[in-house]
Amino acid sequence: METTDIGLWGVPLAMLGGAIRVSTPFIFVSLGEAITERSGRINLGLEGTLVFGAMSAYAVAVMTGSPWLGLLAAALAGLCFGLFHGWICKFPKVNDIAIGIALMLFGTGLAFFFGKPFIQPSAPDLPAIPFGAWSDIPQVQAALNVNVLFLIGAALAVFLWWAFRNTRIGLMVRVVGDSADAARAMGLNPNTVRLLATGVGGALAGIGGAYLSLYYPGSWTERISSGQGLMAVALVIFARWNPLGCFAAALLFGGAGALGPALQSVGVTEGYYLFYAAPYILTLIIMIATSSRSRTLAGAPGELSITK
Amino acid sequence: MADTASSPDVRTILDAGGYRAALEWTARRAETFIIPLAALVVGMALFSLFILAVGKSPVQLYETMWRGGFGSWFSIQNSLSRGAPLLLAALCVALPARLGLVVIGGEGAIVLGGVAAASIGVGLNGAPSFLVVLLMGVGGAAAGGIWIGAVGALRHYRAVNETISSLLMAYIAIALMNHLVEGPLRDPASLNKPSTQPLADIYRVGNIPGMEVHWGLVVGILACVLSWLLIEKTRWGFAARIAGGNVRAAQVQGLAVGPLIVGFTALAGGFAGLAGMLEVAAVQGSANGSLAAGYGYTGILVAFLARHNTLAIIPVAVLLGGIDASGGLIQRRMDLPDATVLVLQGMLFIVILFSETFYGRFKLFNPDLWQRSS
Amino acid sequence: MTGKFMLSRRDLLKTSAAGAALGLASAAFPMRAARAAAATVGFIYVGPKDDYGYNQAHAEGAASLKGVEGISIVEEENVPETVDVQKTMESMINLDGASLIFPTSFGYFDPHMLAMCAKFPDVQFRHCGGMWNKDKHPMNAGSYFGYIGMGQYLNGVVAGHTTKSKKLGFVAAKPIPQVLLNINSFLLGARSVDPAITCQVIFTGEWSLAVKEAEATNALIDQGADVVTCHVDSPKVVVETAAGRGAFICGYHANQSPLAPEKYLTGAEWNWAKVYKMFIDDLIAGKPLPNFTRGGLADGFVKMSPLGPAVGEAARKQFDATLAEMMKGGFSVIKGPLKSNKGAVVATEGQAFVETAIELESMDYLVEGVVGSTA
Repeated sequence: METTDIGLWGVPLAMLGGAIRVSTPFIFVSLGEAITERSGRINLGLEGTLVFGAMSAYAVAVMTGSPWLGLLAAALAGLCFGLFHGWICKFPKVNDIAIGIALMLFGTGLAFFFGKPFIQPSAPDLPAIPFGAWSDIPQVQAALNVNVLFLIGAALAVFLWWAFRNTRIGLMVRVVGDSADAARAMGLNPNTVRLLATGVGGALAGIGGAYLSLYYPGSWTERISSGQGLMAVALVIFARWNPLGCFAAALLFGGAGALGPALQSVGVTEGYYLFYAAPYILTLIIMIATSSRSRTLAGAPGELSITK
Repeated sequence: MADTASSPDVRTILDAGGYRAALEWTARRAETFIIPLAALVVGMALFSLFILAVGKSPVQLYETMWRGGFGSWFSIQNSLSRGAPLLLAALCVALPARLGLVVIGGEGAIVLGGVAAASIGVGLNGAPSFLVVLLMGVGGAAAGGIWIGAVGALRHYRAVNETISSLLMAYIAIALMNHLVEGPLRDPASLNKPSTQPLADIYRVGNIPGMEVHWGLVVGILACVLSWLLIEKTRWGFAARIAGGNVRAAQVQGLAVGPLIVGFTALAGGFAGLAGMLEVAAVQGSANGSLAAGYGYTGILVAFLARHNTLAIIPVAVLLGGIDASGGLIQRRMDLPDATVLVLQGMLFIVILFSETFYGRFKLFNPDLWQRSS
Repeated sequence: MTGKFMLSRRDLLKTSAAGAALGLASAAFPMRAARAAAATVGFIYVGPKDDYGYNQAHAEGAASLKGVEGISIVEEENVPETVDVQKTMESMINLDGASLIFPTSFGYFDPHMLAMCAKFPDVQFRHCGGMWNKDKHPMNAGSYFGYIGMGQYLNGVVAGHTTKSKKLGFVAAKPIPQVLLNINSFLLGARSVDPAITCQVIFTGEWSLAVKEAEATNALIDQGADVVTCHVDSPKVVVETAAGRGAFICGYHANQSPLAPEKYLTGAEWNWAKVYKMFIDDLIAGKPLPNFTRGGLADGFVKMSPLGPAVGEAARKQFDATLAEMMKGGFSVIKGPLKSNKGAVVATEGQAFVETAIELESMDYLVEGVVGSTA
C-alpha cells in the first residue's frame, strides 16, 4: 500500500470523506421521514426499520451472494414496517409518536432475533464509484470512493424537492399534511395518502439500513446503529421538511462526525468526547441561530402533532 | 389526553344519586382498566404465536415470566428495583407532554444530575450526612432542571423545536459526562471502570426497611403523586392543561405561557436529574458511564403508555420492570436470546397503544348510552 | 500451572490459618459443593453473546463446559452495569441455585459484584478483569484475567516487520489500564524490530460503536498507518474497514482471519475455555477456588492466531523466538529505560516489569512513540 503524508490536510479530507461515507443513512432516513411528515404523520420507529433493514439486507446478501437483492429485501421490509405504521395510525386516538416508539422496539427486536446467524459470515458489499481516480494520493482516492447509494440519495433529494412543488402527487401529500379537511374537500382520502407516504418513508429507511450493513461500516452486528435512525428523524425538523435541507443536514452531520477521529489522528488528542459531540453542538447552534419567535417553523405541516 | 379530568368528583356523584351513580362512576372508570388489560392479554396471545413459530412453548414462556417477574417476593422486588428509575424518567416526558411538548432527551438530565450529585457528595465529604444527601438531591435536580428547562426556554423564546433540541442536548450531556468522569473528575483508583471518587458510605441512599429496593422507588412514587396533584388540583396545572390544548387560547385568557413552559420543563428535568442522583447515591456509589443506561429513553415509552397520566406511570413502570426482570429468566431457562424481550415489548405496546382507539366505543363503559337503550 | 496460581493458593492457606473470618465462608463452600451432585454456574455478559469479540470469547468458554457432568450453565446477555446486574446475580442464585457466578464485564466488579458477595457469603463470584485484593475484598470474591498484552506485543513484532510507513494504528475504546497496556505492548513489540516506529491511537469512547470505529480506522490509514489493530468489543468492523483500505491487520479477542485472509497477520486471542475448565475442575473436586487468577501464553489463557500469508520470513523468525522466550516465563514488555509520551520516566535503566507485575494492572500512561492521550 502506497501512502502519502498529508498531515493536517487529513482533517478537512476526513470531513469530506466522512460527509460522503457517514451521511448516506441519514439522507435516506430523513428523506423518507420528510415524505411521511409532509403528509402529517410522524414515524419515530424508523430507527427500528433502519436496524431491521440492515439485518435483512445483510442476511439476503449472504444467502444469495447479491448485495442488490439484499438492498431490495431491506426496502421491502421497510415498506412493510411503514405500511403497518400508516395503517394502525389511521384509527382514531392512536398516537403516531407512541406507535413509532413501540415499532422501534419491535423492529430492533426482530432484527436481533433473526440476525444471530449472520453476525459471523461476510456479505458482498454494494459497489462504489472511484471518483478520486484522477488523484495519485491514496487518501483522496479513498475519500472520493463514492457509493452509488449516496448518489441516488442526492438525486432523490433534488427530485423530491422538485416533486413536492411541481407534481400532483407532491401537492396531494402537502395538502393532506397541511389540512385533512381541505384534503377531503378536494376528494382526497387523507388516510390513504398517509398510508402510502409512511410506506415509502419506511422503504427509504430500510435502504438506509442496507447501506450500513452492506457498505459502511459494512457488517451486521447488533450495535450497527448508534441511534442514526432517531437522529435522522430529528434532522427532518432541523431541515424544515425541505428535502434539500435534509441532504445538507445529513452532510453536515456526517462531516462533523468525522472531526473527532480526524483530530486525534493528527495529534489533537485531549478531550475527544467533546469533539465527538461536535455534530450535536453544531446542529443545536444552527437551530438556535436560525429560529426566532416571530417566525414560526416555516414549512411545518399543519397536521403534524409535533409542531402543533 | 386528560380525559379523567372531565369526569366529576367522587363525592359529588355519591351525594347526587347513591347506588346507581356509584355504578355509573365505576363503569366510567372501569374503561381505563379493562381496555389496557384486555389489550395486554391480546398482545400476549399474539406473542404466543411468535413463540410457537420459533418452536418454543408459550405456556412455559409465560410461566417463566411470571416466576421471574412477579411470582415471589424476590421477583416482585426485582421488578420494583428495575422499574424505580423509570418513574422519574417518565415524568420528564409526561409533564412537558401535558403542555403539548414532546421532550425525548431525559437521558441528558439523568447523567448530568448524577455527575452534579457525585461532585457535591465528594466535595462536601465530612459534612453531616442528611445535609449532604439533601444537597446532592437538590444539586442533581437543579442540573437536570436547568438542562431541560433550557429546552423549554428555547422552545418558547426562540421557537426551537423541543424534540430535536432535547435529543441533541442529551447527546451533548452524555459527552460532557464521559469527558468529566474519564478526565477532570476521574478517580485515579477507578482502574477499568473510570468513575468519580466514591461517595462515603454515610452519603449512600439505602434500601426501604424490610425490602431490597432502594428509596428511589418511594421518591419516584411520591413524585408521580405530587405531579398528579399539581396537574389536576392546582391553578398551575389548570393553566398547563389549557396551554396544552391551545397556546393561543391560553394567551388570550391572560396566562403567562412562557413561565409555564419553562417551569414545567424545568420541573420535568429536575425529576430526571433526581433519578441520576439516586443512581449515584443508591446504586453506583460514584458517577460513571453507566449513568447513561437508557432509562431516559425507556421513560419515553412509559410516559406514552401511561398516556401522560402521572399516576398511570406507576403501574406501567412496574410492568416494564417486571418484563425486564423476567427477561433474564427467559434467557436462562428457555435458551432464547435477549432480543425476545424486545419483540415481546414491541408487540405488547403496539397492541396496548392501538387499544386506545376503543375508548368511548363500548356501551358498557358509557352510562349515558345505558339510558338511551333501556 | 502458573506461579501466580500457586501463590494465590498459598495466600489463601495463610489467610485461613490466621483464622480470618472471611476465609471461613470460602472454606465451608467445598463441603456444600461436594454434597450437591449438580452445581449451577452462571455467566453474565455485558453485550450480545454473538459479537465476534469480547463477549463471544467468554460465551464460547462457557459453551465448552456444557458437556461437563454435574454442571449446568445459565447465561444472560446484554446486562447493563447497573442495579440490573445485581438483580441478575441474585436471580441466578435464588431461582437457578447458582453457586458460582462469572460476571464478565469490567464494570460489574465494584460496586455490583461486591454487594452480592456480601449478601451471599455461600456463593462464589469470580470476575473477569477485576483487581481482587485480600485486604480489601471478601474471600468469596475473586478475579481472573489473561496477560493478553503479551499477545499484543507479538502482534507488534509482526507489525513492525510488515509496516513500510513505520506508522501503526490502534483503535481503542477507553483509556483504561488494560487498553493502555495493549497499546504500549503493541508499539514496544514493533519497536523491538525498529525503534523508529510510532503508533497512533484513536479512542472511540465506547466499547462498541460501529460507525465511529470505521471512521477511526479510516483516519488512521489516512495518516499513513499501514498496520492496524484494536481493542474494542467487536473488532469485525475495524478488520473489514482496514482490509478494505489495503492495510494489514492484527486481530484481537478472537481469530478474525476469515474476514480478511490476505491482510490478517496474526492476532491475540482469548482462550477462556481453559480458564473456566480450571475453575470447574476445582469446584467438582471440592477444592477452594483461587481468588486471584492470572495467566498468559504459557498457561494457555491467551493464544495467537496462526500467522497469515503476508508475514515474511524475518517476522516469522522473530515471532517464534519471542514466543518461545515468553513461554519460558519472566518476559518483560515494560523495561527501562522507558519514558511515557509525556516525558515521565516509567521504568529506569535496569528496571523491568514482568508480565505478572501487579503495577501493570494500574497503568495510566502511554509510552514514548505512541501518539495519543490518556484523557
